[in-house]
Amino acid sequence: MIWYPNQTRRQSYLLISWIFVLLLAVFFLPRLVAAGTPLKSATLMPLWSPQAQFAGYYVALEKGIYARYGIDLKILRAGPGHSPADALRKGTTDFAVLWLTTALQHRIAGTHLVNLAQINQRSSMMLISRKTSGIHSIADMEGKKVGLWEGDVSIPPRAIFARNRTKVREVRQSHSVNLFLRGGIDVTSAMWYNEYHTIINSGIDPEELNVMFLRDQGMNFLEDGIYTMNKTLQKDPSLAAAFVDASLEGWRYAFDHPDETLDIVIKYMREAHLPANRVQQKWMLDRMRDLMMPVRPTGKMGFLAEQDYEAVGLVMQENGLIRKYPAYRDFVWRANAVQK
Amino acid sequence: MPFKNSIVVKFVLVISLFNAVIFALTLGYNYYQSRVILQQELESNSRNLAMSLVHRVETELAAVAKVTEGIARSLETSPHNERELLTLIRSSIEQNPEISGAGVAFEPYAFNAASHLYAPYFYRENGKISFRRLEKAYLDFPYPYWDWYQIPRELGKLEWSEPYFDEGAGNILKSTCSVPFYKDTASGKQLKGIVISDISLDSLTQLISSIKILKTGYAALLSRNGMILAHPMKDAIMNETFFSIAEGRNDPSLRELGKKMIRGETGFIHYQSLVGFDSWMYYTPIPSTGWTLAVVFPEEELLENVRKLSMTMMMMGFVGILLLTLVVIYIARTIIKPLRLLTGATDEIAAGHFDVELPATRSNDEVGELAHNFQVMRESLKEYIRNLTETTASKERIQSELKVATNIQASLLPRIFPPFPDHPEFDIYASMVPAKEVGGDFYDFFFIDKNHLCFLIADVSDKGVPAALYMMVAKTLLKTEGQRLGEPDKILSSVNNILALDNENCMFTTVFCAILDITTGDVRYANAGHNPPLILDSHGVRYLTPKPGLMLGALSGTVFVTERLTLEPDATLFLYTDGVTEAKNPEDALYGQERMLKALQGAPRDDLAKMIHFISSEVAQHANGAPQSDDITMLAIKMAKKGIA
Repeated sequence: MIWYPNQTRRQSYLLISWIFVLLLAVFFLPRLVAAGTPLKSATLMPLWSPQAQFAGYYVALEKGIYARYGIDLKILRAGPGHSPADALRKGTTDFAVLWLTTALQHRIAGTHLVNLAQINQRSSMMLISRKTSGIHSIADMEGKKVGLWEGDVSIPPRAIFARNRTKVREVRQSHSVNLFLRGGIDVTSAMWYNEYHTIINSGIDPEELNVMFLRDQGMNFLEDGIYTMNKTLQKDPSLAAAFVDASLEGWRYAFDHPDETLDIVIKYMREAHLPANRVQQKWMLDRMRDLMMPVRPTGKMGFLAEQDYEAVGLVMQENGLIRKYPAYRDFVWRANAVQK
Repeated sequence: MPFKNSIVVKFVLVISLFNAVIFALTLGYNYYQSRVILQQELESNSRNLAMSLVHRVETELAAVAKVTEGIARSLETSPHNERELLTLIRSSIEQNPEISGAGVAFEPYAFNAASHLYAPYFYRENGKISFRRLEKAYLDFPYPYWDWYQIPRELGKLEWSEPYFDEGAGNILKSTCSVPFYKDTASGKQLKGIVISDISLDSLTQLISSIKILKTGYAALLSRNGMILAHPMKDAIMNETFFSIAEGRNDPSLRELGKKMIRGETGFIHYQSLVGFDSWMYYTPIPSTGWTLAVVFPEEELLENVRKLSMTMMMMGFVGILLLTLVVIYIARTIIKPLRLLTGATDEIAAGHFDVELPATRSNDEVGELAHNFQVMRESLKEYIRNLTETTASKERIQSELKVATNIQASLLPRIFPPFPDHPEFDIYASMVPAKEVGGDFYDFFFIDKNHLCFLIADVSDKGVPAALYMMVAKTLLKTEGQRLGEPDKILSSVNNILALDNENCMFTTVFCAILDITTGDVRYANAGHNPPLILDSHGVRYLTPKPGLMLGALSGTVFVTERLTLEPDATLFLYTDGVTEAKNPEDALYGQERMLKALQGAPRDDLAKMIHFISSEVAQHANGAPQSDDITMLAIKMAKKGIA
């Protein structure tokens, strides 16, 4: 073969230049695209400190699902002393996890908040007593010391006692179950996914307990739902939609990958210096799955059914907790989503 | 394989196996007993350890409880202004180093009507005593709703709180001793507030964590809720309860154990520890707080010495059994060696080699005796075989001599037929089959003059060589005397006298002696105790009835009588010995005179040889294979038909 040095060198320069241009393109193109749609900052305040009750949000954040939906989400610290409803009202958070009862009360009180999604499809609140105390019904609680949480979360049991005209000795209970365990109160309020299991894992067998689900007493006060202020919604409906979709996707991912989910949740718990008990969190995640399952064939995850809403509103009205309640379509964003 | 089924293998197997089994049983029992003893010791050791720990903890807790109670009682008995109250609290910390923080939390408006909540609190911080107001510190969650306040309030008695992390004071693990205090009013006792004293659990959990039992053993502390407070599993501390671990491991027995613990029971159990070892655990409550202290002894390490000892014993036993086996092999071989040599030698002997060298044995045991006996046996056998050889040789010699004698005897009797071819007047034929090699029967015929033929048949009263010898004498005498005297009675008398003379052996002979005039057919005959002959003539076949006479050789001077008969032409006289009539078949039935008579009636008459062979075969047929017991001798003489002479 005959060697032509100049020609070959010119050809190779050309090739290198092309490759360089291509590499530059590959390197910068996604950034240019991303820069075209900058992530929207948003904040979420859960109802309580990190635990599997909010696994979907932490997983969606950790797995980059929010980012994929164009949201740069920050999950705010919650827990004792933090009220998500107040935070919404004050505008310190864009989104919050609230109970339906709480949300209705705040709405009536003038905070114009909107239900974006109903996470829990069934109430998981329960009243627990020891078998030895002989309490089998609401009526049996007459004159007994009943532990109630401070704030909105005491609405459902109070409503039940009011409906049954049962006078109980209310004792404000903390977030620990020790008061009940030591016998300081006869009945304790508990969430199926949390306190109930804590009691079991403090050495009391389920057989030693009388457990009363509020939903079995006709009080299906739906709990965790995603709320935002109406003005926030009006300002950027696409953000709300993206947030809800990303959150639900996070939940689906959590249920499909329970071990990874527990790792993530426990990581956040440790960061918050909270006792992290994997077994407890697994129980909570499993119960959340139960609670999020649609109750009716027409239902779907995250959707607040009109009859559930009406039932809660009516009971609250009847019990004087609210004077009136807003129309379903007014309160629930995308109210006709399923029907469409 | 040389040792197959050998005594050595059996010895080794039985003794070694037996020993091994006995040893294994002993070892096993020893191991088991050591374990039991160890377990008993362990129980008291672990109890002592746990109790000493509980005592140390309890002393500290009790002191704190006492101080707290003291403040409460002091607040009940006398009213304190704010300064006095703060001094009281502060001094309680100063005087009690185990108290990390102390305070008094009042019921709403109980301190004074002006302030809703009032809770002064002193605590140690970086070696100094700091102060804060709890009603201000816990704004989010006011103190009346904390466990340390609420539980003693509701229960109305001293309570130790579940351990908790105090974020405000450097995130230390602490527990609060709370004592309610009251004010007496008209309507009874009214709660004024709660006195609290905190203790840091860090030193306590450090103390418990520092307990090292052997290498992996440990002490652990559980709260009243089963919360892990001190444990080698650091991650579980304040995160897991005994029950959540049980649930995580799906182990109901662990849960049951946890329930016993938080119920305040005391126990000593064998279980699999949370860190995964088979362990012994002693658990007992700390009385004032209801917490549970457990000390865990890893079984494997406890048993390590016993196991090592057992291993050493096993090795020793193994070597011992090995040595024993070798000794057994050696002894068995020393016993077996002469036996094997003896076996080899006896193999040779069995093969007929009597001169093989038998192994020399020096031992005086059974094997030595056996070898000696073999030696004797071999000698006896050799002797016997030598005798046998000699006897056989002599017997063979006698046998061959007897054969010669048979030949001689046979040659003595006329055997050429027809004997007198130039005498057509008569025909004669005879046969003798001896029962033994030499017989006692004989026959003879000879001319005493030109026309007279003497013929006779005799039976010596014995068989074999003596009879044959006697027969020789009798035959010679009969022939000599027959030719000299020419009268049957005289012949018999003379021979009888000679024979009877020196008859020391008491041998006799029967004789039928006859002289035939070959021209006329007249026969003169005399009988000396012999069987009656038969006549075959035109009248048929019949027995002659001679006078019986006495046997020759029995009595000297016996007189015999000559009788006469005439053989008509073509008539036959048939002589025989009792060997014919007394021939036996296997059923011991005699041939008998009747059968012989009948046989002769059917026998061919023309040829005497055929006639005699016919009778012979008839007798043989009767005997049917039974051994011949007596000599069989027959003689027939027949006159020629008319016209032939």
